[in-house]
Amino acid sequence: MFKFKHEALETNTGLLLVATMMAISVGGLVEIAPLFLIEDTMEKVEGVRPYTPLEQMGRDIYIREGCYTCHSQMVRPFRDEQLRYGHYSLAAESKYDHPFQWGSKRTGPDLARLGGKYSNEWHVQHLIAPRSVVPESVMPNYPWLMENRLNYADIGQRMRALRAVGVPYSINQEEYERNVKDFGPEMAAQFHIPNARESLVAQVRAGNYDGDPSYVSEMDALVAYLQVLGTMVDFSQIKPEELVKFR
Amino acid sequence: MAESQEKPQGPQTTGHVWDGDLQEYNNPLPQWWIYGFYVTILFALVYWIVYPSWPVGQGFLTGINTITYVNSQGQEETWHWNTRAKLLREMQEAAAQQRPWFERIAQMPYEQIVKDPELMGFVRSAGRALFTDNCAGCHQVGGGGKIGHYPNLTDDNWIYGGTFDKIRETIVQGRHGYMPPFAEALSRAQIDALAHYVLSLAGEPHDATQAAEGKNLFHSHTAACYYCHGDDAKGRQDLGSANLTDRIWLWADVPSATDVPSKVALVRQIIAGGLNRGNMPAWEGRLSEEQIKVLTVYVHQLGGGQ
Repeated sequence: MFKFKHEALETNTGLLLVATMMAISVGGLVEIAPLFLIEDTMEKVEGVRPYTPLEQMGRDIYIREGCYTCHSQMVRPFRDEQLRYGHYSLAAESKYDHPFQWGSKRTGPDLARLGGKYSNEWHVQHLIAPRSVVPESVMPNYPWLMENRLNYADIGQRMRALRAVGVPYSINQEEYERNVKDFGPEMAAQFHIPNARESLVAQVRAGNYDGDPSYVSEMDALVAYLQVLGTMVDFSQIKPEELVKFR
Repeated sequence: MAESQEKPQGPQTTGHVWDGDLQEYNNPLPQWWIYGFYVTILFALVYWIVYPSWPVGQGFLTGINTITYVNSQGQEETWHWNTRAKLLREMQEAAAQQRPWFERIAQMPYEQIVKDPELMGFVRSAGRALFTDNCAGCHQVGGGGKIGHYPNLTDDNWIYGGTFDKIRETIVQGRHGYMPPFAEALSRAQIDALAHYVLSLAGEPHDATQAAEGKNLFHSHTAACYYCHGDDAKGRQDLGSANLTDRIWLWADVPSATDVPSKVALVRQIIAGGLNRGNMPAWEGRLSEEQIKVLTVYVHQLGGGQ
């Protein structure tokens, strides 16, 4: 009768390779395959929408400056996190994020529910000189965000790239009308790529995020993005036990 | 590398020899390690049975462990163990422990809460946690505020009022500070005169002649400062206009300026440019009604509640 000895694996490169691949693919299959099969992976919640052109530019600056190296955007379902940050994050809330900003490593606080917690003024002050408002902070200063004019010439291309991976920005009348139905006329106009630059400037005019109305700064975009984080879903409309059943 | 010629004595080797005498042991793994390994396999098997584990078809093995929580209809509901169910139950258990406190706070009027030492113990600890998480970003730990940005909450000077009801209103709906710019309506000399008058009101060094001129302007229709700041320049809390007669400065750090011209410059900047800041977010919806009540009492008790 054939008796398996581990030595057989260790002394045969080809066999070792095949066995290693078999062991690894079990892990892959268990972790990945169910996401395509299980129906309840992602909650269906109201309110989640793509970012406006200005918010998207802000998000790109967030990534450019490496904010994600210290800040996660994922409130985990633990009591201490819920008390400090707010409702735990849902998968659906980052469905238009490419790439998502989840994470398990935090040097700074989690930012998934940051929107509306502080004033624009606070964000501007805090980004320029964090220790002037939070004395114990170890966050670097980002003074250039206020000085740099926002280069939004390529916002259309950025949105096209996101559209290619499934974000419902519109390039024609038909897609625009679909967005009107899904997100309302005001948002649909923001998501229309041919008007992206005008929409961006209009949002800066209306919001004046950096307190300086004379030009569009990178600060405008970043603060607009930070102020929308975690604000799209109205959790008062969702029964907590319904979310339990998605796990 | 060459095959060994002799049969090795003592410990087993792999049979490989380098540099004539360098050999490699091939001892079996220690028994304790092997059994430790078997225990981890056993642990995994138990874990698969108790907790959600393997995917099966369109679902997964849910495990035999369950969690019971109360649903929104107030009925008990049991679901297989998962972190969300566990969180829901933990939140409900903690809320049940705090409920007696919050219920008493919700029913009692502010004046009575303050007189109840036991209840104030709860307000101080719960209030400090809430304040640190939500308010300290601007008003700083301890509520000392920051000149030029965020008002000090530990003194008895209140922009929008320091009564319980006014503090609650501020927390619930937020605030937005505004003063119109006067750069176009007034000349540079007029603004400077007003600045000297404002300095004189706060007991700062100033030019008396210019201050007298400023006083007239303050009460005139040209500048109409009195309209918001009041005839006595003590501010109007319904508008959130500053009291100019005390020595407390929020927007301009006048006390730190060393000479009169730089003090005047700081005040001039505000009169000329106006203010469109002092935005406090609204906390309604973000905090519960009881949490807001606890914070109201906490802030009132920081030092200067009225």
